[in-house]
Amino acid sequence: MARIDLSEIRHRYGADYALKRVDHAFDDGGAYALLGPSGCGKTTLLNIISGLVTPSEGKVLFDAQDVTHTPTEKRNIAQVFQFPVIYDSMTVRENLAFPLRNHGVKKEEADRRVDEVLQLIGLGHKAGRRARGLTADEKQKISLGRGLVRADVKAILFDEPLTVIDPAMKWELRTQLKEMHARFGHTMIYVTHDQTEALTFAQKVAVMYEGEIVQVGTPEDLFERPMHTFVGYFIGSPGMNLMPATVDGATARIGSHAVNLRSAPKVGGRIELGVRPEYVRIGAEGTPAQIIGIEEAGRLRIVRAKLEGRDIAAVTPESWEAPAEPRISFDPKGVNLYADSWRVETGL
Amino acid sequence: MKPVNQKAWLLVLPVLVLVAISALIPLMTVVNYSVQDTFGSNKFFWAGDVWYKQVLHSERFWNALVRNLIFSGVILAIEIPLGVFVALHMPRKGWGVAACLVLMALPLLIPWNVVGTIWQVFGRVDIGLLGATLKSAGVNYNYVQDPVAAWATLIVMDVWHWTSLVALLAYAGLVSIPNAYYQAAKIDGASGCAVFRHIQLPKLAHVLTIAVLLRFMDSFMIYTEPFVVTGGGPGNTTTFLSIDLVQMAVGQFDLGPAAAMSIIYFLIVLACSWVFYAVMTREEADVTKPKEGGP
Repeated sequence: MARIDLSEIRHRYGADYALKRVDHAFDDGGAYALLGPSGCGKTTLLNIISGLVTPSEGKVLFDAQDVTHTPTEKRNIAQVFQFPVIYDSMTVRENLAFPLRNHGVKKEEADRRVDEVLQLIGLGHKAGRRARGLTADEKQKISLGRGLVRADVKAILFDEPLTVIDPAMKWELRTQLKEMHARFGHTMIYVTHDQTEALTFAQKVAVMYEGEIVQVGTPEDLFERPMHTFVGYFIGSPGMNLMPATVDGATARIGSHAVNLRSAPKVGGRIELGVRPEYVRIGAEGTPAQIIGIEEAGRLRIVRAKLEGRDIAAVTPESWEAPAEPRISFDPKGVNLYADSWRVETGL
Repeated sequence: MKPVNQKAWLLVLPVLVLVAISALIPLMTVVNYSVQDTFGSNKFFWAGDVWYKQVLHSERFWNALVRNLIFSGVILAIEIPLGVFVALHMPRKGWGVAACLVLMALPLLIPWNVVGTIWQVFGRVDIGLLGATLKSAGVNYNYVQDPVAAWATLIVMDVWHWTSLVALLAYAGLVSIPNAYYQAAKIDGASGCAVFRHIQLPKLAHVLTIAVLLRFMDSFMIYTEPFVVTGGGPGNTTTFLSIDLVQMAVGQFDLGPAAAMSIIYFLIVLACSWVFYAVMTREEADVTKPKEGGP
């Protein structure tokens, strides 16, 4: 297990930077998720940690030791890929023993550890079976097992490991992963574009956007205080309402709708007000608005409305009924101000 | 009861006619010859299994068969590993790929009798580049008189002609292996040897089975090239089954024994194909079966 530091990492394929600048530390024993849309550089970042990719600039440190140019096989990292990788010609047991054999671990020791892992991933009864006939989730468990079998593994990396797994199995595997993390305390980094997966698995989620980590935080942080408009948009369903605004002293205005801020921020550039649908109130107070549609979403309702000619979404309880003359106001707790996409502190 | 629609017969009729003309009728003609005897003037007598017994008891047939099996075995033992070796070292990107593929395909595009002629001239001691060079280097090489030299020439020629096919098949198999396998192998600390043994070779198993099948069948029926280069000699040391067959049928005009030999030859090829087919389908069944059955 190890603390992993990424220092000023930049990486480019050809002329385009896939990673613009990443500077981040993964604490020893933490469960992290790298969350972002396709093409945001999260897999590249993962491969840089495991050494499959050498960054164009910057350093990778394991426990303060520079491993930027250390080859993958010497880094002692486990990685589970999007599509299950198993060694077709081997049995389940041989698959798990393979990394140990490559590292010259003695037979009795290897057998003991393989037995432990077989138990752990629940494939003991299939130990002698040829691995290629197994189902996708069993194969993914073997990939994971090949990482767990090594005693001194520094970190376990997951690259969208549940992509090919049936929805019902996803829950089970995710739960098992969390249990395993609680029990062994491996540093785990989990790449995904699925916010539910990221938020349920990780203690800390790093949201990536266009080659940068735009925010690292607990699921609550990401929800309550998105540091970047992308986080507001990407996390939550529906995403955060973003409305162009003007700021005048301690008052922000969207058209004629005024929002009081606690302090007067000094801002320039493109100003936007961000309010999550959960903090939009539709009732008798505030600025008049038109309701365009109401969607049922289980125990909630998503209300689509127009405020000052702009689309806005609100989440209301199931029991909510549209008033005859709807007016919109914002819960001050949920108001965020953005200048050029980055959050500005307003004291709210 | 549902009325049976007989229109389907009409649709398969063209194929039936084609197959009949191209395969069934010629085959049955051969069967016909193999059980009859004639003294000329197109009169035939029933001969039963005489010709089959004669062929199966003739030393000449068995010698040709053994020669042919040895030849196929030797070229397979060289071409398959060599083809895989070449494929492993072919470039994976850049301009080299196209250049390599075109160069590799060249021998496959040359007509077989031209290949034979090329090597026939190439190996000649008086004017051939290979033959003359070897001779001036003091090597006693003469494929016209020396059986060892004749065999060596035929084997080298076949390897030159057909290794590309194996290499191209193996290359296609190699490039279809997802990158994640190589990455996982790195993560697991596998050596280059282990990668070949546990990733590349198992993933190549399928194309290699096809390569072995193609090369076995083709070398087992080889005719043109040895006919052009050695004509089956010196003596009959390079007389393979098909050369022997043609000599018997066209040279001696022994239609009965030649027909019987053709049928036996055909059955051997059929049996080999069936074995390969069985092995290949069993491999596939092995992949899919455990999914159905529980623990």
